[in-house]
Amino acid sequence: MRAVITVIGKDMVGILAKVATACADANANVLEVTQSVLEEYFAMIMLVDITKMTPDLAGLTAAIEGAVPDMKVHVMHEDIFNSMHRI
Amino acid sequence: MLNTTDILETITMIRDEHLDIRTVTMGVSLLDCLDADAARSCEKIYEKITRRAERLVPVCDAIETKYGIPIINKRISVTPVAFAVGASGGDPVAFARTLDRAAAAVGVNFIGGFSALVQKGFAAGDLALIEAIPEALAVTERVCSSVNVGSTKAGIHMDAVRMMGEAIVRTAELTADRQCIGAAKLVVFCNAAEDNPFMAGAFHGVGEPDCVINVGVSGPGAVRAAVEQAPKDADLSEIAEIIKKTAFKVTRMGQLVGAEAAGLLGVPFGIVDLSLAPTPAIGDSVAYILEEIGLAQTGACGTTAALAMLNDAVKKGGVMASSSVGGLSGAFIPVSEDAGMIAAATSGALTIEKLEAMTAVCSVGLDMIILPGDTPPAVISALIADEAAIGMVNSKTTAVRVIPAIGKKVGDVLEFGGLLGSGPVMKISTIDPSVFVARGGRIPAPIQSLKN
Repeated sequence: MRAVITVIGKDMVGILAKVATACADANANVLEVTQSVLEEYFAMIMLVDITKMTPDLAGLTAAIEGAVPDMKVHVMHEDIFNSMHRI
Repeated sequence: MLNTTDILETITMIRDEHLDIRTVTMGVSLLDCLDADAARSCEKIYEKITRRAERLVPVCDAIETKYGIPIINKRISVTPVAFAVGASGGDPVAFARTLDRAAAAVGVNFIGGFSALVQKGFAAGDLALIEAIPEALAVTERVCSSVNVGSTKAGIHMDAVRMMGEAIVRTAELTADRQCIGAAKLVVFCNAAEDNPFMAGAFHGVGEPDCVINVGVSGPGAVRAAVEQAPKDADLSEIAEIIKKTAFKVTRMGQLVGAEAAGLLGVPFGIVDLSLAPTPAIGDSVAYILEEIGLAQTGACGTTAALAMLNDAVKKGGVMASSSVGGLSGAFIPVSEDAGMIAAATSGALTIEKLEAMTAVCSVGLDMIILPGDTPPAVISALIADEAAIGMVNSKTTAVRVIPAIGKKVGDVLEFGGLLGSGPVMKISTIDPSVFVARGGRIPAPIQSLKN
C-alpha cells in the first residue's frame, strides 16, 4: 500500500527534513520525492510505502501538519490518482 | 511514479474547485418488513435500517481520510413506504416518524422513500400516503418524500397531479414558520429513477437488491475551471471534449469510493450517479459553467443549447469511466442551491419559462424554485403536468420541487441555509388552469411508449 504526501506553501529551511522525519517516526518508508520551488512557492510530492506504518493515515497527516504547521498538507492513498488519471 | 501534474490537478480540484463525493446513499429494501400490523411493521423497518446502515457513517469517514476526498452526505433510501402502508393500513405519519428516528440513530442527514409510485393509478396505501405527506414532512426532520405521477410507458396520472399541487401548498403552509422547508423535501417525478442517490428524490426501487450502495459525485467547480483554462476561441466541440475528460476523472473517483464503501459494508455496489450538483458556495455553480462557455448570464438565449451540450458531455465522460453509471447523471439546475442561478433569477435574467425549457435537456427538472405564497394549487398542478409532459415525451426523468413561500411575494427571499441555499420568489403565470386540472383522469401514454 502506498500513499502520496503533498506539501504546498511558502518555502523555508527544513521542510523536506521535517516531513521525512515524521514519516520515519510513523514507520512509513519514503520511496520517491519530487520537489520544486517556484519563486517563493514550495511544492513537494512524496510517495511512501505505508504497509508497515504504525499510525493510520489520519495520524500521519496530523504528525506532518504538526511538523510543518504553515504548509498545506494532503496525505492520500495512491489509488485515487491511479483511478482518476489512468484508463 | 505518478505524474506530478496529475497529482496537483486532483488536489486543486478538491481544495479549490469543491470537487467532492456529494452523497453515499445506502438503498435498503423494506419488502421483508411489511406486516399486517402497522406497529409491528414500523418496528421491523427501524430494526432493518439501523442494522443495515449501522456502519455507513464510520465507513464513509474512514474512506474520506484514506483518499483525502470529502464525502459531504451519507444518506439512506428505502422502498416506497406506500407499500408498507398498503400492507398494514394505519397512519402513514407513524412510518415517517420511524424513518426519522432510524436516520437519526445511524447519523444520516436525510432518508428518502416516503414515496408512492402512482403513474397509472392508486394502489392500496398510495392515497393515504399522499394525503399524509404534508404532516409527515412537518413533524420530521430528515424524511424526504417523492411521488411518481407519470411515465413514458403509462402517461400522466392527472388525479395524482392535482393532489400533489395541493400537497405542496399544504406542506409549505405547515412549515411556514421554518422557511416552508417541508416543500424543499418533496419531489414530484415523471419517469423517476429507482437508483438515484440524490435527495430529496431518492427511493429504493422494488427491482433493486436487498441492500445496495449508490454514490453521487459532483464537481461543477472542477468543470468550470477546466473550461476556463480553454482558449476563448476554442470551438464548442473542444469545450465538449474538455467537459467529457473532467467528467471522466470525477466519475472514476466516485467509482473508487463506491466500490470501496460497498466492499467494506459487505453489500453490492449499485451505481455512480455523475451529476453536476451545485451548492451555494461561490464557484460550485452550474450557471457559472454556462457563463464560462460564453453566456453573459444564465437565462440568455443560448442557455438551453449550452446546457444540452454540458449535460451530454457529462454523460459521455461518465459512461467511459464506469460501467455502472446510473441514477440521474447529468446537470442539475436547482435555483436556490446555485449562486449563479440565484443571481440570474434575482436580476430577472432567468425566468420559470426559461427554466422549463432547460429541463427538456438537463438531467432532472424544475428544482428548488420559490413561488409566491398565494400561488393557487391548481397552478402548481398545471406546472407539474407541463414538466411531466416534457419527461413523458422525451423519455427522460423530470421533476418538480417548488416551494410556495407562504406570506411572501415576488422579489422577497427565502433562506433555507446549508446546501439548500436561498433564493428569490419568482414570478409564475397565474392564468387559471383549474378546469384543465380538475378534469382528472390520465393523459394517455404517447406513441413512443409502444416500442415492443
